[in-house]
Amino acid sequence: MTELPPPPGPPSPGPAPDTPPGPPSPAELTDGGWHRLHPATPLLRGGLALIAVLGIVVANLRERLAEMVFGGSGAPGDPIDELVRHGLVPLALLVLAVTLILFIGGFYLSWRMHTFRITDELVEVRSGILFRTHRKARLDRIQGINIVRPFFARLFGAARLEITGAGADSNVQLAYLSGVRADELRRDILTLAAGARPPVSQPPGADATGAAGAGAASPGLIEQRVNELIAPELDPSLAAPESVVRMNPGRLIASTVLSTGTIMFVLVVIAGFVTAAISSEFYVIFGAVPFLFGLGSFLVNRIVKSLRYTIAATPDGVRVGYGLLTTSNETLPPGRIHSISISQSLLWRPFDWWEVKVNRAGKSSAQGAAGQQNTTILPVGTRAEVFKVLELVLPGLVTDQTRAVVEAGLAKARPDDGFTTSPRRAAVLRWFSWRRNGFALRPDAVVLRRGAIWRELVVVPAARMQSVSVTQGPLYRALRLAGVHVHTVAGPISAQLGALDSGDASGFFRDLASTAVAAAAADRTHRWRSGGSPGDTRGASGPAAGGAPA
Amino acid sequence: MTDDASAPASARLDPVPGEWRRVSPKYVVVDLVGNLIGGVVATVALGLPWFFSQVPFLLILPVVVAVVALVTLVLTPRRVRAIGYRLRDDDLLFRRGIMFQRFVAVPYGRMQLVDITRGPLARAVGLAELKLVTAAAASNVTIPGLPIADAEALRDHLVELAESRRAGL
Repeated sequence: MTELPPPPGPPSPGPAPDTPPGPPSPAELTDGGWHRLHPATPLLRGGLALIAVLGIVVANLRERLAEMVFGGSGAPGDPIDELVRHGLVPLALLVLAVTLILFIGGFYLSWRMHTFRITDELVEVRSGILFRTHRKARLDRIQGINIVRPFFARLFGAARLEITGAGADSNVQLAYLSGVRADELRRDILTLAAGARPPVSQPPGADATGAAGAGAASPGLIEQRVNELIAPELDPSLAAPESVVRMNPGRLIASTVLSTGTIMFVLVVIAGFVTAAISSEFYVIFGAVPFLFGLGSFLVNRIVKSLRYTIAATPDGVRVGYGLLTTSNETLPPGRIHSISISQSLLWRPFDWWEVKVNRAGKSSAQGAAGQQNTTILPVGTRAEVFKVLELVLPGLVTDQTRAVVEAGLAKARPDDGFTTSPRRAAVLRWFSWRRNGFALRPDAVVLRRGAIWRELVVVPAARMQSVSVTQGPLYRALRLAGVHVHTVAGPISAQLGALDSGDASGFFRDLASTAVAAAAADRTHRWRSGGSPGDTRGASGPAAGGAPA
Repeated sequence: MTDDASAPASARLDPVPGEWRRVSPKYVVVDLVGNLIGGVVATVALGLPWFFSQVPFLLILPVVVAVVALVTLVLTPRRVRAIGYRLRDDDLLFRRGIMFQRFVAVPYGRMQLVDITRGPLARAVGLAELKLVTAAAASNVTIPGLPIADAEALRDHLVELAESRRAGL
């Protein structure tokens, strides 16, 4: 590994230098020039499949070897026997060698041709040998940056950096980067995206880590890898320690066991036993076996994935980490969370445990356990922890009043807790929850409260509302009720509330519409660190354009 | 339709009282023909099992579908009259439906895309359909039955408004 000095002068946007650079320091990665990925990238991306194929071949050949040694007779038509019989062994070996060389050459070329650069405005990736793709993404549209370290890649000290954009297939992947640098690269990208100029002076840690990386290469490489494997998911120097929610393994296991899925399974098993006992047809019990496997893998996945859960505030948004062997941690810049749901199933209530989920515009391709991790921002936590998380994901929004509303939303419904609830006649449709089913509107957020058995509170930041609708079908009309739906980007949370008094719903709709406009006009989160934003002209344009076309 | 006498005036939703811009009456024809074709095709398709098997109770399916289609047809003029939109200072209001009423408010700054589509029927009578797309799939605002010149003027106006009030996601 030779560390080349960066080319002097202004960064040239031309092709990457011919000499393969060693791992550049993070400050170099954002200098606007083209850079390559981690040298082990081909192996990590496609090489695993090759190794798997090799493994299968070797496993089969082992049998062949055993037969040769012990003189077993191969089955007629065996390809290797045929080859030996016709004297084609050299040809076969040649074909094999050419294939391997083609593979390796292809991998090498694809690595050479895969370059990226980060400028003040854009991140660009060029890739492909025959079919070139060139992808540019604007930094101020970033919805989140995810760093995933698959277990195998961690052994090489590599990490995958994924920049999530809004919409389908708008992500930019840098797979793979050197693991230590991925974190710093992310910080630099976020600094650029925030609208603040990056510091001209090198960050104090950069030189030290660069030197340490180069120095540790000879003696302590293994030691370094081991350290990286067992290191805490969050760098304590980058995250405020007091804001980290600690995941308690006992609580995690207990909450998983007490989840709805487990209870359903137990009920099914009991039903099976009862059926078996009554009908004395005991094979019915075996029907539960596939369920058992499914449930087991679900539980283990969830627990393993969440064991090293961390959440912390960084200057550029909230950072959520997951995973034991394959780790992923994602930074969500401010204003990228479109709605939040705080929910609790019946069995969690004695312990006051809650789960927090979010809707976001970007979809990271890194799917978590049961596909739920990227939207679950707190798998299980106490009420105090929920508020810690809320303060992280909605900074500046959890004012004392909003906090009081949220607190009231989590508690049992009281008549004067600030929520407008369903009228008594809605009890026909909301048997248990009509007292709870309600909304509260703050200038900065909409709070919807639903459910008596499965309690749920949905918070939508007012600046993130896309549109609002109020609906009424024949049944609701007969009861003088209506439903309100706050539209946000797609996700696990649907911010709608049914069975409201139609007068309340109409007023709520009017207020929501004006709140949404006001909050969107005041929103400055897309360049969260720059004081003034290009959107400032919005206020000046005024309502003069209200005239309608013919 | 429930009678208005039993419930006070608030039984029917009208969250933002005032004048609504209505779509062209010619859209009734488009909607009628479309519903007619749909109804006939569905009735015939569901009538096939009965036609081939002659099992009497299979007749229920096409009859039910035909009745539903007929009711839809009869109500078409009212349904079209119920479609309305309004351009306010900062958002667009849209309403539709009699039986299932729906009111939507879309702030101009939230529009990602304004689409004009023209089906063969609508084109024959010179109408077009305007679709607003926001980042939320649930917004689902489609204003049918606009005269083509109106639709294009409205699109340009909306794009201009969206531009002047643009916000992030």
